[in-house]
Amino acid sequence: MPTVTRRDFLKAGVAGAGALAVAGLGFDVAFAQSTKVKQTLRIAGAKELHSICPYCAVGCSLVAYTRQNTDGSVQLLQIEGDPDSPVNEGRLCPKGATAMQLAVSPRRVADPQYRAAGATGWKTVSWDFALGKIAQNMKASRDATFVATDGNGNTVNRTEGIAFAGGAAFSSEEGYFATKLMRSLGLVHLEQQARV
Amino acid sequence: MTNHWRDIKNADLILINGANPAEAHPVGFQWFMRAKLDRGAKIIHADPRFTRTSAVADMYLRIRTGTDVAYFGGLINHVLQNNLFQDVYVRNYTNASFIVKQAFAFNDGLFSGYDPAKRAYDITSWSYQLGSDGFAKRDMTLQDPQSVFQLMKAHYSRYTPDVVSSITGIPVNEFNKVADLVGQMGKPDKVMTIVYAVGLTHHTTGGQLIRSGALLQLLLGNMGRPGGGMNAERGHANIQGNTDHAISWEILPGYLKIPAPGQKNLDDYVAQSAPKKSDPNSWNFFGTNYRNFMVSTLKAWYGDAATKTNEFAFDYVPKPGQNSSWMSIFDQALKGKMEGLILSGMTAASIGPDANQVQQALSNLKWLVVMDPLPTTSSEFWRAPGVDSGQVKTEVFMLPTTHWIEKDGSFVNSGRWSQWKDQVIPPQGNARHDHWVLSDLFARVKDLYKQQGGKFPDPIMHLTFDYQDPLKPLLDEIAKEINGKDLSTGKQMTSFANLKSDGTTTTGDWIYTGSYLDTGNLMKRRSGIQDPATNDPTGMGFYPNWAWSWPLNRRVLYNRASADLDGAPWDPTRPGISWNGTKWVGDVPDYPATMNPKDPNAYLPFIMNGEGVGRLFSNGMIDGPFPEHYEPVESPVQNPLHPANSASPVAFLYDQASGRPNRFGTVTDFPYIATSYRLTEHEHYVTQHVPHLVQLQPEPFVEIPWELAQTKGIKTGDKVRVSSKRGKVEVLAMVTKRLGSMTCAGQKVFQIGIPIHWGYVGISADADPGHGRYWLANALTPFVGDANSRTPEFKAFLVNLEKM
Repeated sequence: MPTVTRRDFLKAGVAGAGALAVAGLGFDVAFAQSTKVKQTLRIAGAKELHSICPYCAVGCSLVAYTRQNTDGSVQLLQIEGDPDSPVNEGRLCPKGATAMQLAVSPRRVADPQYRAAGATGWKTVSWDFALGKIAQNMKASRDATFVATDGNGNTVNRTEGIAFAGGAAFSSEEGYFATKLMRSLGLVHLEQQARV
Repeated sequence: MTNHWRDIKNADLILINGANPAEAHPVGFQWFMRAKLDRGAKIIHADPRFTRTSAVADMYLRIRTGTDVAYFGGLINHVLQNNLFQDVYVRNYTNASFIVKQAFAFNDGLFSGYDPAKRAYDITSWSYQLGSDGFAKRDMTLQDPQSVFQLMKAHYSRYTPDVVSSITGIPVNEFNKVADLVGQMGKPDKVMTIVYAVGLTHHTTGGQLIRSGALLQLLLGNMGRPGGGMNAERGHANIQGNTDHAISWEILPGYLKIPAPGQKNLDDYVAQSAPKKSDPNSWNFFGTNYRNFMVSTLKAWYGDAATKTNEFAFDYVPKPGQNSSWMSIFDQALKGKMEGLILSGMTAASIGPDANQVQQALSNLKWLVVMDPLPTTSSEFWRAPGVDSGQVKTEVFMLPTTHWIEKDGSFVNSGRWSQWKDQVIPPQGNARHDHWVLSDLFARVKDLYKQQGGKFPDPIMHLTFDYQDPLKPLLDEIAKEINGKDLSTGKQMTSFANLKSDGTTTTGDWIYTGSYLDTGNLMKRRSGIQDPATNDPTGMGFYPNWAWSWPLNRRVLYNRASADLDGAPWDPTRPGISWNGTKWVGDVPDYPATMNPKDPNAYLPFIMNGEGVGRLFSNGMIDGPFPEHYEPVESPVQNPLHPANSASPVAFLYDQASGRPNRFGTVTDFPYIATSYRLTEHEHYVTQHVPHLVQLQPEPFVEIPWELAQTKGIKTGDKVRVSSKRGKVEVLAMVTKRLGSMTCAGQKVFQIGIPIHWGYVGISADADPGHGRYWLANALTPFVGDANSRTPEFKAFLVNLEKM
């Protein structure tokens, strides 16, 4: 069987023929090249951007294609492995290969939701309502559980009753920012995915 | 990782423990296969379960989960008893020659200084004898009975092949074959890598499991070399970056220690936190610069409010009184002391041990904020199957945040490569970026303090927000801040070596200094394999102009140790750095760029340690200066080495310490060992929302060894109940020969495998009549963790198995 690189495969101009692509073992590049199938590529005229896979920490590079629709909205057309990366050389696993279904999903939460103590359902609320109420909770819990001086007379300036956890899937800069803000609120309970 | 993914292709021998890279890191695994196919490297996989990694390994060893200290211990003993260590490296690049205090001892599973009432060690005796110059005494012949080398040899002499086999279940003849292969890796022209993942960390001895591998690598001279090192495969896209940036209770950015109560000023802090120089030729780079790094971070955070007079706002930094890690958060909630919890991209209800106890803890909170693009078990915990919502008094907020692809910023992979990504699409719906949610919340809290006053508002009032729009900082602006600048010139810092303690420099995280210069953001660089000849000039796979790697774009940590005393690479075909007569060339040197190695005052190679050398003996761990095998807290056998001290004597027992009933089971009620793991097609819990992946792995199951299934009449596809002292799962059985019986300490034991990915939220749960009520694998796992890090013991616990 001839060696078929990903670039050859794309060059053959059959990127739209999904069924053939999946059945790649029986695929004949020479035949495809000779037949010169005329099709518009799904990514024709698209903007090419770079991302990194959101799953494990191999750090596979992604190429993402978008197009601006006539109404101004931006449509994500395709995510694939970046062939230039020294990490993945264009390859992706099943998770990375389906990253588009994580990126664009009808299961996303559209608006802030609020559930009062003892309530049996969510209530859709505005960002202003949710953030205002959380800020009041944070202030109240901070003031109620703040320890300025411990039992030995040491200055400790810590908030014992609020914890923050997160960060394995947000950008490093967001993580740094979270640390900076949470430490300044006096939090000692800070955690992310490294331990669990 | 000390090295990086592509570097694994440079190895001659690959030991894989507590990991299954072919399935959990499949694309990274191509570099293992390149080593095997291109250089004839051998792969040895020790794992409770035969996996796809085992299928392509040269040797597969079925090991009892949680016993890798004994496995590595046997290999260390083999290397020491047969003089197979890299002699020059061990004498000059490790602390083998250092002399330890006479009072140090080890008897019947306990090191000197143990206090059973406190379940803790006084580590005074775990240190060096000092000479009149104040430095550690050394014996370069390694013959002194108190030398680290001799103490280590005596400690490990107990790990004979028979003992190793009895503990691990690995047959003696198979172990001896591995020992033969590993024993060849101490030759300078050979190099071995050790690769591990959470299969090593998720144990009460997790830290020492990894340290065991590191000791073996030091003995073989494999630390600092291309193709060598200790390489952790991390499980999430940016777990590395956000550990570096200290979303972790015990550290500040760049692995500076969080200040402790009683430290009144920077002098106290540095004296108690920074490594101390213990050899005249040690540079002690980290210790020497500790104050510079800390002050520069305080300046980045508190700006003009951080002055010399107020110790650069040292009092603004909170000082924890006790461990505040993952389990501690929920322990405090169970005690009614935790009021609020903010979860950003993490689901507490699924990911921690003892999910039923965590459910109770969440119900004890006053308020819970979940920031996530998709519903999670935490946002839904109050209406989980079987829960009476009306009884849950926690106020819950679900804030829709953006996915990775809706924002830019960097992800740092396991190999410390910080790779910048574009914002590809705008936020969907009304979703907001996590950091914009946090900046908005912070601004509102600040306003409340301005209006109402309150407890110690100073750090809130003075926190720097030098962004064009303080409510919407750009990640580009934050990346610049992390790099840091010289306040007197306004220029970006080029190296952390230039950071100062006088308040004239800033850095958000010193290990990232050099990533974002005045010339631009180096994390965006893209000179990859499109032109290997230009972009990989050494041919070692460093690709120095692809993204940026901390520290200072160094691709292999500790790389001074890749060259011999004169600066020549141990193996000229696989150089890390080498001395060309005037400077070091190759990778970015972990050493002064022009320091002549032949200078009698030349620094020792491990510049971050006070000793200047790698530590075979260390007082940095609370459970011993040498690793020792202890049984998991739940184990079917007694420790053959010291039955009286079978499990870790210092692992923290939360329930006992908080006066709650014990939640550990015994072998009488729960006769089988269980271990949890992950599948290729899912990542933790978020992929329960991805249709293609749910189609590929639609239902939860447990893997049951064929022989055990026979005795219970269980067939593949039968529904089974697996229960522990803490809870149960009710899922399908997959009967397999990938797991099997073993003989340990004279007893026949079985191990069961439990994939973790399911719960009561997601496409599969929506389709299940019981809505995934008994699908949480962590309903089974014990609320106990590693003695040092408190990483939960997810990977070894006891269960019962019944056909339903």
